[in-house]
Parts: sequence; C-alpha cells; structure tokens
Amino acid sequence: MLRLELRPTPSRTWAWASPLLALAITVLLGVLLFTLLGKDPVKGLMVFFWEPIKSRYALGELGVKATPLLLIALGLAVCFRSNIWNIGAEGQYVIGAIFAGGVALLAGKETGRWIVVAVLLAGVVGGMLWAGIVALLRDRFNAGEILVSLMLVYVAIQVLNYMVFGPWKDPMGYNFPQTRTFEAVARIPKLMTGSRVNIGALIALAGAALLWLYLFRTRAGYALQVGGVAPAAARYAGFSSRAALWTALLLSGATAGLAGALEVAGPVGQLTPYIPVGYGFAAIIVAFVGRLHPLGMVLAAILMSMFYIGGELAQSRLGLPKSLTDVFQGLLLFSLMACDTLVNYRVRRASGLKGVR
Amino acid sequence: MDAYPLLFASTLAAGTVLALAALGLLINEKSGVVNLGAEGMMLCAAIAGFATVVHTGSDTLGFVAGMAAGALLAAAFGWLVIWLNANQYATGLALTLFGAGFSAFVGINYVQAQMPPRPRFNWLGLGDLPIIGPALLRQHPLVYFGIALTVFLIWMLYRTRVGLVLRAVGESPESAHALGYPVRRIRMTAVIAGGALCGLAGAFLSIIYTPLWVEGMVAGKGWIALALTTFGTWRPARVLLGAYLFGGVTMLQFYLQSQGSPIPSQLLTALPYLATVVVLALISRNPTWIRVNMPASLGKPFHPGS
Repeated sequence: MLRLELRPTPSRTWAWASPLLALAITVLLGVLLFTLLGKDPVKGLMVFFWEPIKSRYALGELGVKATPLLLIALGLAVCFRSNIWNIGAEGQYVIGAIFAGGVALLAGKETGRWIVVAVLLAGVVGGMLWAGIVALLRDRFNAGEILVSLMLVYVAIQVLNYMVFGPWKDPMGYNFPQTRTFEAVARIPKLMTGSRVNIGALIALAGAALLWLYLFRTRAGYALQVGGVAPAAARYAGFSSRAALWTALLLSGATAGLAGALEVAGPVGQLTPYIPVGYGFAAIIVAFVGRLHPLGMVLAAILMSMFYIGGELAQSRLGLPKSLTDVFQGLLLFSLMACDTLVNYRVRRASGLKGVR
Repeated sequence: MDAYPLLFASTLAAGTVLALAALGLLINEKSGVVNLGAEGMMLCAAIAGFATVVHTGSDTLGFVAGMAAGALLAAAFGWLVIWLNANQYATGLALTLFGAGFSAFVGINYVQAQMPPRPRFNWLGLGDLPIIGPALLRQHPLVYFGIALTVFLIWMLYRTRVGLVLRAVGESPESAHALGYPVRRIRMTAVIAGGALCGLAGAFLSIIYTPLWVEGMVAGKGWIALALTTFGTWRPARVLLGAYLFGGVTMLQFYLQSQGSPIPSQLLTALPYLATVVVLALISRNPTWIRVNMPASLGKPFHPGS
C-alpha cells in the first residue's frame, strides 16, 4: 500500500516537473485514444506536435491562437493568485469583442488611424464592465463569483446573438447573422505578410512582462497575493481584501476584453455568432499549467494553441471530430491536478506499524 | 385555457432535470465536497443515455448508462480530491471541460440519430381529467421519482444515523475521523451518489425531455443545479421548489416566444441565467441563511493525520 505524507514545505522541483509529467500523461492517453480509434498514433502525435511548428505559416497560426489564450490567462492568474475564482472570462471576452466591434463599425472610409486605439480601449472597457458586475455582486451581496461569472457567459453570448441577428446585422450580408466587415483603418496591423499573426502577440508578451513586474516587484502585487493566501495576515498588514477583489476582477476583465477586441479587429474582422470559441475556458488551463507564472503561461499558451491547431488538423487529416482539442485540454488539466499532489505530498510505502500512525 | 395545465406539466418536467442534479449535488456537498463538474457529468450522461437508447431501444438501459457515466466521472473526481487532496474547484472545472469535449467527441455520430417513439403515460387512466389530468397524471415516472427522492432525503439526512454521520463528515471531518468514521470513504460514496444522480438528470434530459442529442445541450443546467444547492440553503425541499421555480422560468421563456412576444428571443433565452444571478445575489445577501445551513467544511480538503 502506498500512502501520502505531507511535505514540510512544497517541493520546488515538483512545482515545475508536475506540468511536464501531466503533459506526458496526456500524450500517453492520446496515443491510447488514437490506437483505440484505429488511427496511427505517430501520425496523430505529428498532427498535434509537429505540424503546428513546421512552417512559417504554421508558426504564425500558432501565434494567432496563443495571443488571446495568453492575454486572458494573465488576468486570470491575478484572480487565482488572490483566490478569486473568475471562471467567466469567456463572457468578458465576448463583451469585449462586442464593444470593440461597435466602435469598429463607426469607422468610415475617411476615419483616421486613431480609431484602432479606440477599438481596443472599447474592448478593455467592455471586459471590465462585465467583470465589474461579478465584483459588485460579490462585494455588495456576497454572491459567489464562480456561479455569477459563469452565468454571465451565457448572458454575454445572448447579447452577441441579439446584436448580430438584430440591430447590427449587415443588410448586404445575404441574411447571415453577422455585421459588415470592419474598415481597414479599424483593423489592427499584422506583424508580417503571409501570416495572420498581428501586434496582439506583442501586446500579450508585453503583458506577461508587466505582470511579472507587478507580481514580483511591486507592493500592490505582493498585497494582492497575501490576501489570497492568508486573508487574516493581509488584514493585519492593512491590505484590503475588497481592493484585491476589485483589482483582480477588473484586471482580468480588461485582459479578456482586450483579447476579444484583438480577435475581432484582427483575424476575424467582423462580429459573428462564432466569436466565442472557448478561449476563456482554455485560458483557465493555461493559467494552471503555467503555474500562474508569466513565463510558464507563455509556454502553456503555446502548448494549448498547438492543441487547437492539432484539433483542426485532426479533423481534416484524420477524420476525427474537432472536439478532440477539448478532450486533450480537459485531460491535461485533469492530469495536472493529479500530478500536483506530488508538490505537497511525498508518496511513501505504508509501513507495518499501522497502529503507531 | 388548456395551455396552462400543459405549461405546468412541462414546468415539472423541466424542473425535474434540475432537481435530480441539484439533489445529487446536495448529497455530495453535505459530505463537504464541492463538485464543479456537474455540467460535464450531465453532458457525458446525456450522450451515454441517448446512444444506449438508440442502440437498444430500452429507456431503462439508457438511464442506467447515464447514471453509470455520471458515477464513473464522479469517481475519478473523487479519487483526485479525496484521496490525492487535489483542489476541488480546479478539479471540478477540469471535469466540466473534459466532459464537454468528450461528449461532443463521442456524440458526433448521434447528432441526427432518431429515437424510437417515446412512451406516453396515463396514470390510473385519469389522464383525461380536466386540468389535473394533463398537469399531473401524464408525467414520466422520473418526475414523481424526483419528489420521492426529496422526501427520502429529508428523512435520511435528518432522521437516520446514516444522515447524521454524513452531515458530521461535512461539518467537521476531524471530529468524525476521531470518532472512528471512515471520512474519505463516506465522502467518496456521497460524491459517487451525486454523480449518479447528475447522470440520471443528464439522461432524462436527452432521452425524455428533449429526446435528441446536440453538442452542449445541457447548456448551463449543471451550473444552475449547483446554484440551486445554495438557493435551497442545502435543504432538500427548498432545493426541489427552487428547481421547479427555475423550470417555470425556462417554460415561461418558451411560452412567451411561442406567443410571439415583442421581447427579443435572445433576452428570453438569457432569462434563466439572469434569474440565477439575481436570486443568488438575493439569497447570499443574508449571511445567516447561508451560514446556518452550509456544511462548515465545504470545499476544504481533509488529510487524516496532518
């Protein structure tokens, strides 16, 4: 019999090794799944781990998908570090996209290039507003942020549907539920030709650097984390838990909203009912797999982006449903939760001295 | 006039989906464990149940398959959070994300699948009675089962030794452990029972309530069921009433849409979710309601000997 023994201090080694072990387990389960489905597992692994990095175009696509994942995860990391369970980033992302889309639709042929800044700011405001509702209800009414933020995802999706089926529907769009395509001035610039990757990727990387500074080099960032780990100690030190609640939620709303704005003003270029693709949920996994650390989350966002591209390729090359992506993402988080046991516990063979225990 | 008994009947059916899941989660939470994976368990159970009925033609086997799927996923969750002390919130979330993906993955071939004709019920031959007949006597047996389960849980939790031990484990696992009760085994049993009931709810949804399979068809009902345990302040009768209330909101939405109401259909669709937010805020506002009934160790891990 094996049993777990609490470590005196969490293992630093396992804190880094556990995501790698979780990835290895997910890959093994993937091989098993491909074999069960009668597909060549080597081909399956190539689709997920080689195809997404083998060409310049593929790398660009990797960046396109990693950008929103990283941005949203950065904000969520602040929440999770302060023990606030915002799991409705998907909704904040959608509202950010709607706000940004609204401003982008105002642009005409002769509008100046400044409009693109307004588009992105509108996205930030939209995301903050949606997350602000969660903070308000938690602050004033003590309503649990898990359920409120999640319910607001469903509401946000209905708001998007209303706009694209109703007032903002493109009259020239052959009755498709979508807005007209945004003017070129309202679209964010691409980084290079021949690829869809845009300045959003740079913004996300800058965000990661800023988060690192905030968390590890400022008093505010420190106060926020103490509040999450030990609320009593934080109160004693004069750190306000209310301030942490609002800061964390508004910050994560802002990054999710910005991600939504970058997506509609970047690769998508219009509002459609297909804006929500689950980035807000996948970013939760990015935050955990990346250990809530800026550098870790950059790597995790790239990994999750590979899963997205792999899922799309699995559909066209192997004839497997696209939802394979979600299966692997879920399995990765599941395995991580199991492996994380090793951070806090040591596995020991139970001795015969049962009574002494 | 005839619309109202039918509206009432469909309210009970819609409420039953929520009630079965919420009562399962109640058992589970009474033991001190929060499972945010309800949505994922219900989705997997919905496809497992639906596929089983399509292949075997037996509703009973479909319900069994749904319960088994829910119980199996709950067991995996329980193993992680109870034996390995993984974070309950994150692990439950992993279960929901996995369940959403996995059900869509295996369900892809069943999107157009046809069910055998649904059975019709007419209890005691009285289904033709005016008003009462269509409202109460033409329901699927599981609708009555939901009510019976509520009565059973009230008796079990507050009148039996099993219920007392379960509540003790949720209030103070340390004391229960000191008294010699196997805390982790009791929690595991409660989690699996909760998963099985969430599974039954998912199977009822796809076999009886909508009879079809669509990706993501649970559409937040697992999350609403989680909210219902808080609304009902962890008391079975209040949870059941809350479930019917929400069933009513869902039905109201369909009714208004069919009446060609001027309200945009998207707002009506958003109604149950908005209602959840509003009611959650109103209930949580009163700290005594919550504190008196909430299992004291809810969400906290327990490691004997630490």
